[in-house]
Amino acid sequence: MADDNSKTNLPPLSLHVPEPKYRPGDPVDYSDVDIPKAGDQPRPDVNSDPAKMREMVYDMVRVLDDDYKAVGPWDPKLSDDTLLKMLKTMAQVRAFDDRLHRMQRQGKTSFYMKCTGEEATSVAAAMALHSDDMCFPSYRQQGILFVRGYPMVDMINQIFSNREDKLKGRQLPIMYCSRDLGFFSISGNLATQYPQAVGWAMASAAKGDTRIAATWCGEGSTAEGDFHSAMTFATVYNAPIVMNVVNNQWAISSFSGFAGGERTTFAARAAGYGIAGLRVDGNDPLAVYAATQWAAERARTNNGPTLIEHFTYRADAHSTSDDPGAYRSAQEREEWPLGDPITRLKRHLIHRGVWSKEQHEALDKECIDAVKVATKAAEKNGILGHGLHQPFETMFQDVFEEMPWHLKEQSEQANKEREIKWPDAEASK
Amino acid sequence: MTTMNMIEAINSGLDNMMARDDDVVVMGEDVGYFGGVFRATAGLQEKHGKTRCFDTPISECGIIGVAVGMAAYGMRPVPEIQFADYIYPGLDQLVSEAARLRYRSAAEFTSAITVRSPFGGGIFGGQTHSQSPESMFTHVCGLKTVIPSTPYDAKGLLISAIEDNDPVMFFEPKRIYNGPFTGYYDKPVEPWSKFEASQVPEDYYKIPIGKANIVRAGEAVTILTYGTMVHVAKAVVEEHGVDAEVIDLRTLVPLDIDTIEESVKKTGRCLIIHEATRTSGFGAELSALVQERCFYHLEAPIERVTGFDTPYPHSLEWAYFPGPVRIGEALDKIVGELTS
Repeated sequence: MADDNSKTNLPPLSLHVPEPKYRPGDPVDYSDVDIPKAGDQPRPDVNSDPAKMREMVYDMVRVLDDDYKAVGPWDPKLSDDTLLKMLKTMAQVRAFDDRLHRMQRQGKTSFYMKCTGEEATSVAAAMALHSDDMCFPSYRQQGILFVRGYPMVDMINQIFSNREDKLKGRQLPIMYCSRDLGFFSISGNLATQYPQAVGWAMASAAKGDTRIAATWCGEGSTAEGDFHSAMTFATVYNAPIVMNVVNNQWAISSFSGFAGGERTTFAARAAGYGIAGLRVDGNDPLAVYAATQWAAERARTNNGPTLIEHFTYRADAHSTSDDPGAYRSAQEREEWPLGDPITRLKRHLIHRGVWSKEQHEALDKECIDAVKVATKAAEKNGILGHGLHQPFETMFQDVFEEMPWHLKEQSEQANKEREIKWPDAEASK
Repeated sequence: MTTMNMIEAINSGLDNMMARDDDVVVMGEDVGYFGGVFRATAGLQEKHGKTRCFDTPISECGIIGVAVGMAAYGMRPVPEIQFADYIYPGLDQLVSEAARLRYRSAAEFTSAITVRSPFGGGIFGGQTHSQSPESMFTHVCGLKTVIPSTPYDAKGLLISAIEDNDPVMFFEPKRIYNGPFTGYYDKPVEPWSKFEASQVPEDYYKIPIGKANIVRAGEAVTILTYGTMVHVAKAVVEEHGVDAEVIDLRTLVPLDIDTIEESVKKTGRCLIIHEATRTSGFGAELSALVQERCFYHLEAPIERVTGFDTPYPHSLEWAYFPGPVRIGEALDKIVGELTS
């Protein structure tokens, strides 16, 4: 046996528990983060063998250079109109987030999650898809709904769980769902949408459809078994799907090292499965668009799945339930080497001569006003905790298509309780 | 009518549904070319094509998750989990996703999936090929749980499950795939062909979900059971000469409470039998329901006969199995109780 020799001189084993580089108060130095030059990355053909493009998973697709010019083979060469739409949508998402976050602080709902700094990873990605491609988002992709024209007032009705909430007040705020817009019901359990998205894509392929699926998760939840099951099924059946990992560096208080980020990139997960992988500057809307467009075309032409890592930064808290000041350095956001996606696109458009600082200021104001109007309209339908917004029997509906006897009995019990707890409330029937 | 064992009846049900509805797809480990380790899917790939019946990676999480996604597209997937013991990696996709999708999306998305899985012991399968996990699923709101006990029922219930617009757990008692079982492990198994329930129409028919079956009418005691234990219970009743009413529940959720209530009110006694472990088993739910609804009609305490609260042992399988001795003792006790 290998241990026939004495063990007396062996050093003790040690356990590595990852630790982020910076904690609250620490000065931040990102000089060791390798940010390749924009425009330097090759753009393989969409039918490339994943084995022939493996270096892409360690590189970073970047289009906007330091002077805000679009450069290199990944420049999607979008029209001014498309870029302006992208900018306006991202600005609207940010204004919405700021306002709704404040509404939660004012006690109008229980919970909110912003996507500040990550707007490009949903807005630019959704714009690069067809409008009827099916999205299986995680909880920070509200940008998809903005791209597809979901009314803000309906989003806020959901956030307030009020009587116009299309989900009947059943879901935690921001767990939207819109079948009409190809936006799958958001789960609170992480990465469960990944194998579901693959299943949807497999069904689309089996039916000879032309629509593809796209899904998103955070770098933290790539640790879930669901992620790896999805990757296996995607590669086995060559599923027409774009799988996005939004690497925003933080999963609540756990830095990406707790998902394996100290050892390799998240895009590199693709290589082990023989899936095409791209690593993208997630704060460069043009790069996000270009990578998604590449992956979507690959999927749509039966060349199979792509995993895209969007390298970005969660500029704000995980949700209204945590204070990032308690676990990370505030300087991280200020020093983030890839900047801010809205600022970068704004400067690109100014550089192109189709936008100005003044126009942008006016846009920000328009966006804020639009959210205010939508919020006021939604508030008329009620806010969480102030009154009973849904008829009682809705609590028991949709557990099954038809209500079985035991739920009917429990529904009667709930109605009896209503008469005692809320004597003035309207009877449910 | 054709003579079929339970596997053939299930195969026939899948075949009928795949022929009737292009959205029905069968998937699972070894179900494609090979036709499944128990042969339930034999010939389906050849007949209906590779995109309708296909093998999957060994990933129950993936199998269920992919099925949920296919159902969201509009298909009716029928995933097979090779043994019920293997289902746990897929639990989150069943409990948090399939079961609640209709509710959380206000019915915009549904999970019309039927998860087939052989369950139960009695085949020397050891602790990872013998479990009866049904009560883990009956506890989950939004899932239906169906367990057949004959070839005829298996096909009719399976077709109902596939057509159901909600997720259905379809547990197949593998001990009785080839023939009913009296509980005497040392006696030869009589094949289904000797029994009337093996006469199965080749064409489509349905047995409704949520309807129990009184397999033996009687006056002395009500026996509530399902799956393999239906046959063991019937044999013990005959052996002991007790005029028991044996009810095959067929569906655990939604439960046919009316049939149960009517029977217990008539007999005044209730014996519950399942192979699954005792603590928090479905028998506990049945016992509570009977007590809540029939208390003033009861002439004796409700009895439960179950598997022991241990993992399913390999060599001591027949010491573990709730067979004729354990059932007989409970039966004698419950009919022997006098009204005070």
